[in-house]
This record gives sequence, structure tokens and C-alpha cells, in this order.
Amino acid sequence: MTETVKSVLSPHEAAVRVNASLRQRNSSETRFRAWGMVAIGCALSFLVLLFTGILSKGIPGMQQHYVTFDVVLEKERLDPQGLMTPESLSSGDFDGVIRDGLYRALGNPEGRKKKKAARSILSSGSSQRLMAHLIDNPSDIGKTIPFKFAVDDDIDTFLRGMIDRNTPEADRRINNQVIAFVDQLEARGQVSFELSDYLFFGSASRDAEMAGIKGALVGSIFTLAVCIVIAFPLGVATAVYLEEIAPKNRITEIIEININNLAAVPSVVFGIMGLAIFIVTFGMPRSIPLVGGIVLALMTLPTIIISSRAAIRAVPPSIRDAALGIGASKMQTIFHHVVPLAMPGMLTGTIIGMAQALGETAPLLMIGMVAFIVDVPAGVTDPGTVLPVQIFMWADFAERMFIQKTSAAIIVLLAFLITMNASAIMLRKKLERRW
Amino acid sequence: MSTTSLALSVLIIGAAYFYLGQRSILGQRVATQPRLNSLPHFYGIWTGLMATLPAMGLLALLSIGDDILFRQLVKDFYPPEVLALGVMDQEIAFAKIMNVVQGIIFGEVDPWIQAAGEAWIGWQSRAVQIISALVLATSVFGGLVGYRQVNPSFRARNKVERVIHWFLILSSTVAIITTIGIVMSVLFESIRFFKLIPPQDFLLGLEWNPQFEGAERAGSGGGTATYGMVPMFVGTFLISTIALVVAVPTGLFSAIYLAEYATPHVRGIVKPLLEILAGVPTVVYGFFAALTVAPFIRGLGQSLGFEVASESALAAGLVMGIMIIPFISSLSDDVINAVPQSLRDAAYGLGSTKSEAVRQVVLPAALPGIVAAVILAVSRAVGETMIVVMAAGLAANLTFNPLDAVTTVTSQIVTILVGDQEFESAKTLSAFALALMLIILTLGLNFFALQIVKKYREQYD
Repeated sequence: MTETVKSVLSPHEAAVRVNASLRQRNSSETRFRAWGMVAIGCALSFLVLLFTGILSKGIPGMQQHYVTFDVVLEKERLDPQGLMTPESLSSGDFDGVIRDGLYRALGNPEGRKKKKAARSILSSGSSQRLMAHLIDNPSDIGKTIPFKFAVDDDIDTFLRGMIDRNTPEADRRINNQVIAFVDQLEARGQVSFELSDYLFFGSASRDAEMAGIKGALVGSIFTLAVCIVIAFPLGVATAVYLEEIAPKNRITEIIEININNLAAVPSVVFGIMGLAIFIVTFGMPRSIPLVGGIVLALMTLPTIIISSRAAIRAVPPSIRDAALGIGASKMQTIFHHVVPLAMPGMLTGTIIGMAQALGETAPLLMIGMVAFIVDVPAGVTDPGTVLPVQIFMWADFAERMFIQKTSAAIIVLLAFLITMNASAIMLRKKLERRW
Repeated sequence: MSTTSLALSVLIIGAAYFYLGQRSILGQRVATQPRLNSLPHFYGIWTGLMATLPAMGLLALLSIGDDILFRQLVKDFYPPEVLALGVMDQEIAFAKIMNVVQGIIFGEVDPWIQAAGEAWIGWQSRAVQIISALVLATSVFGGLVGYRQVNPSFRARNKVERVIHWFLILSSTVAIITTIGIVMSVLFESIRFFKLIPPQDFLLGLEWNPQFEGAERAGSGGGTATYGMVPMFVGTFLISTIALVVAVPTGLFSAIYLAEYATPHVRGIVKPLLEILAGVPTVVYGFFAALTVAPFIRGLGQSLGFEVASESALAAGLVMGIMIIPFISSLSDDVINAVPQSLRDAAYGLGSTKSEAVRQVVLPAALPGIVAAVILAVSRAVGETMIVVMAAGLAANLTFNPLDAVTTVTSQIVTILVGDQEFESAKTLSAFALALMLIILTLGLNFFALQIVKKYREQYD
């Protein structure tokens, strides 16, 4: 046996060599560690950037400018039929009353140009606003009350300082006369910047100052309700079947593979399926929360099934053995013992799935929930839209004020999502059992 | 009665039978023998189920079936000249009849269409009566059958559990039905598309210029429509690559740091923070990309003297990269944590530093899992829709320049299918063919990832 003898280092030589390379090795250790910190720093700074970007636009976006002046609510002009019903009020001359009040507040401007400039300050929804106030407070008729109107979105943008008054008049969306009037109102303290009532109680509108998320929020709630009613029982039942009952055979395997594949299908494809099956084949109407909810339910089903299975698997076999041992049937064991013990995990998975569904946009675009719908949906078969789709639509509008409104809507959406995820975490912490 | 109120009445009948069944068995227990085969409520549930399930099934069947029957019946009204026309014209005639049914009438209506519409309305009202009667009768009769079965030796629990068992089985088939639904809906329309456009033109064509047939016929579209999918796949590939260039190093190094270096305290703070990134809806990322990142990149590029499109691939790719960071970091984190401590201890025992142990022992051991995570991230990026719809533009340029505007498969699907559609047109059908390619691609990637994990997974004890 001949062995090539490697040159064996003496301990001293080895120590010298190791020491010589040690500095380099240690510095490479420090570098490696630094890279890790840089990566985390990058990821977290992206997070900070995203959130500051949205919060810095969205928090001012929750507010808008209003102008307050006295209006004389003459009964003859506003309610010619004297019935105080919405129908009789709608024939009243609200625009005229508001105009007169505004001219008075601006010191009765003369000439058509000046009057036109004065009128352009107010939002075009002002007469509806005053009418709604009168319907709620009929006793105000005949009085002179100070009333708060929203300003037009261009004026709002100007008041936010986003239109520079030093740019040439021709390049601005508002002219010098309008600016003079606004300054006049502002100097007298009649302009206020406060929480927007239109944002939370208004519905879709092409006018940025009147646009609100109420319709979208209600649509989201309906859609999620349909989604949870379908996805939760089906998801739990599937998980129970696969974990507790299903024989280990080819069919079970196919079901499992299917569920994993569904989890990987891009969400837009679920929308295409919804379009082709529910709308084209079954002839269901477009844009309704019912179809949206079904599509989202099918999309979130894998999430719910996978987490429910994990929760069921975490229930120790001794529980089942004990129940079976005292004479419970298989179903009684499952529904009296296993499922209640696994419920926190199932609920956590469901909430996470619902959060996913709440933020989803693409499949709902496919089934037409992108339509411009002013009315707040009254049920799951009423056309409507949802919050993320509303954000998508607003993001497309050119008016600058829509950028702020979009950011504000995003804050509302994120607030919902964070609440849902936080409650899932709390639920898990509170109810989780270690066996 | 409307379907909803009919369903509600069936439920009320069911509840009544539940009460009756339970009361009946309790009465029988006193009278005959003390021991029942099942707990009393099982008898109630059984009678209730007998009253509701068949009736509900019948209701579902009839309310779907009646429209199909009417469509057959209404054919008798079609004059021979309409029947001689193609399917499309018959569909148009049918739509006119439906307008009459819904009371939407524009101008003059052909007398036969008016007659057909009125007949349809008549059938509808008669069908509602027949369905109501049938369903209610089934409910009452079914309940009665169940009620008659109630006696102490009747094995009610077993029967009820059988029903539950079948419900569980049916629920688990929903996943299969959904998959079939997805495949069918995409496949049929794709086949129709490939009848209009040869597959090789679609798969290998270098130009994408879809147009509505109407525009083409009118000659206003300018040029003929071409359906080559290559530009879109190149665009998808480009944006996904940019996303991976951002996400893989960031996500992987974050995972290594969190798994190997971070104290439990730091880990407990940073990990949830990273997961927030995963929970942000994609529409928010799209808004961020279109409004903040794209103008920034454009400004930066122009100040450096580059020509940057306002909807550059770079902006969409960067933001998509941010979106998939948590995906890669949390999957890699799991994989790295799964490498047994003994391997690290062995490396330390041989005198390696921590980073040497990570680079030469832990990472090679975790590599299959990390590769799988990256592939799953690619599949996620390919299927991502909202970011590219909002930030990537629609121009189907065949380019690898990240500063140019490109379009992707998903954004084309959305553009084609949102809003007014002309069914049967090659443009609408092309979206389904694109979706088919998208499904094949994402499922292929997932399958590939799974195979890698299966093949190279190390077994540790």
C-alpha cells in the first residue's frame, strides 16, 4: 500500500497560516453580515417609501376645502309647491338662491365675467347639498343660515398650493378673477379645510370634489359577504373530508393536486372563468356583487382549505381516540371535537383569505365591476363596484384632486386589511393551543 | 313566487318538520320502549332534510331548466327565413325577443318577435306557478315520507351522517369542478380563436395588433389585425426579470440575515414588517408605480440623458420586485431554518466562520428549496395583473430595453376583456388564447418547482 503522503503542516505552521488568513476571513464575515442588513434595510425602506407616499397624499386627501356663506332660504323660491317633499323641492331654484348668497358674500360683483368667475368657485353639486340639508331639516326654510359648500376641485387644488399663482394666467386652470375672489373669501375666514363628508358619504362621481367611496365600500361588504358564505363552509368541509374521511386513493390525490394548482392560478384567470361561465353561459348580469363574490370565493378556497387542513392536523389523535372510545360516531367525533378545536386555525385562515379577496381587483374587472355606478347597491344582485376597483378607476382620472382622493381610499382599504390581519393574529394568539 | 321566497318557504317547511319529527320520536319513546336507536334530534334532522333537500334540488334544476326549455319552444316562432340565416342572426333575433320580454322596446318590432316575446312572458308566469306547486308539494311530501319513517328502531343518526358524508364529498369536488371550469372556459374559446388565426401565427408571430372586426370591415382600423403573442411574452419576461433582479438578492439576503444572524427580538419585528409588503393589495402597488416610481425614473433617466418612456418596463418591474420580496424571503427563511443545526455545528467545529458555514454548508443544503421559491416567485410575477395594467402601458413593442414601454399577457387580457366586447370576434377570443398560455406557463412553473424540491430534497434525521 503506497499512499501519496501529503505535506503535513506542523501545528505551529498551521496556526501561522490560519492567523494570516484570519483578518481577511473576518472581514468577509463582516461584509456578508452587512449585506444582510443592507437587504433588510432596502426592503424596509421600500415599505416606508410606499407608506409615506400614500399617507402623505392620503391624509390631506381625507380633507377638502369648504366655503361658508349665508344663504336666504326663501320658501317661495325653493319650494314652490309648498310640500317640502323631495319632488317639490326639486323644482325649486336652489342654484339661484346659492348664487345670490355667493354674490352677496363677494360684495355683489358686476358683469357677466365676474359673476361667472364667482360661480366657478362652487362645486356643481352644491344645490343637491343644500336640498339634502333642507330635506333633513325642514324647519330651516324661510330662515337665513350660514351654509357650508364644497369648492370646485380646481379651487381645492389651488388652495392646497398645487397651482402656482405666479404662472401666466393662460397656463392656469383658474383665472386671476377667481383667485381674487378666493383670496377675498379666505381673508374673511370663510374658507375651511376639514374632513371630507363627500369622501365617506358620497358615491362615485366624475367631479373630484364630490367623489366618495360609500358605494364601493357597500359593494365590497356585499361581495365579501357572498364570498364568506360560500368559501367558509366549502373550505372547511373539504378540509374535513380530506383530513378525516378520505381514503388514500387516486381520487383523493387528484383533489389534492387540484387544490394546489388552483392556489397557483393567476387571479385574472378566475375572472375569465367568471366571465365565461357565470355571465356568458349562465346569463347572470354583469357588475353584481353576487358573481364577484362567487369568483372570489373560488379564488380564496385553496387558502382556506390549506390552512384548515393544517389546523385539523394539529389536533392530536388522542382527542379522536378518546371520543371514539366513549362511543361517539365518526361524525360526532369530527363535529363535536375535532372541528371546534381546529376552529381558531380555520378562522385565521378564513380571515386571511378574506383579506386577500378584499384587496383583489383583476378578477372583478373581468366580470364588469368596473362600470361607473352612482347608486349605492342595495343587495347582492344590484350592480356595484368594490373598493380596489374604485381605486383603480380613480387612479385613471386626470384631475389632480383624484390623486388625493385615491390615496385616501387606499388608506381606508389598508385600514380594513390591517384590521383583518391583526384580528387574525390576535385570534391565533388568543385561542391557539399547544398540545 | 320568486325563487328566493320559494326557497325560504321550503326552509320553513323543513323547520316545521324538524320540530314534528323530534316531537314524534319523543312521544313514541314514552309509549313503547325507552331506548331509541339515535338521539332524538337526529330524527328531527332527518325529517327536516327529507323536506328540504329534494325540494331544493328540484328548485335548482327547474329554475335553470326552464330557460333552456323556453329557448327550444320559442324556435317555433322563428319564420323560415330567419331559420335559414346563420347562428349569429338567430342570436340577434333572440336578443330582440328578450328585449320584448324585459319591456325594453326600441322603435318598430317585427310582429313575430312581439308574439314570441309575449308567449315567453306567458310561459314564464305559468312556469312560476308550476314550479312553485311542484317544489312545495315535493317538500311537504318528502317531509311526510321522513315523518312516517320515524320510529325508535329507525337508524336516524346513520342516515343523517350519510347525508353529511355526501355533503363533504361534494364540497371537496368543488376544487375539481373549478379547475374543469377554468380549463373549459379558456380552452373552448381558444379553439375557436385558433380556427380563425392559425396557431403558428399566434405562437410565433412577432406583431400584436388586435382590431375589432367591425373596424377592419369598415376599413377605418388601418391595416389588418395581427395576433402574434411573442411581443407580449417578451414584455412579461422583461418585467419579471427586472422584478427578480430586485427581489432575489433582497429577499434572499434578508432571509439569510433573519435566519442566521438576527436576534429573536429583531426577527420578531422585521418578519411581520416584511409580511406587510405581501398584504398590500396589488392595485396599491400599481398606483404607487404609476404615480411615484414611473415619474421618478423618467426624471432620473432624462437628467442622465436617457430616453425613458413614461410607462417604462423598469417602473413596473421595480415595483413588482418589491411586491415579491416577502414571497422570496419568507419561503427561503423556512427552507434555511429547515437545514439541521448539526450541519452548522459541524462547520463551526472545523473552524469556519459563520458566513463560511452559511455559504458553503447551509446554502448548498437549502438550494433546491430556494430555487423552488424563486420559480414560484416568477410564476407570481408572470400572473400579476394590476401593476402592469396601471404602470406598463399597452404598446406591444418587441424590445428588451427596460426603459421602453412594453405590454404583458395579463395587461392585454384585461384591456381586451374590460368594457364593450364583440363576442365571436378574433380580438375577444385572443384574450382567451392568451389566458390559456398564461395558465400553461404558471402551472408549468409550479410543476417545475415541485419537481426540483422532490428530486433534490435532502433527507435529514
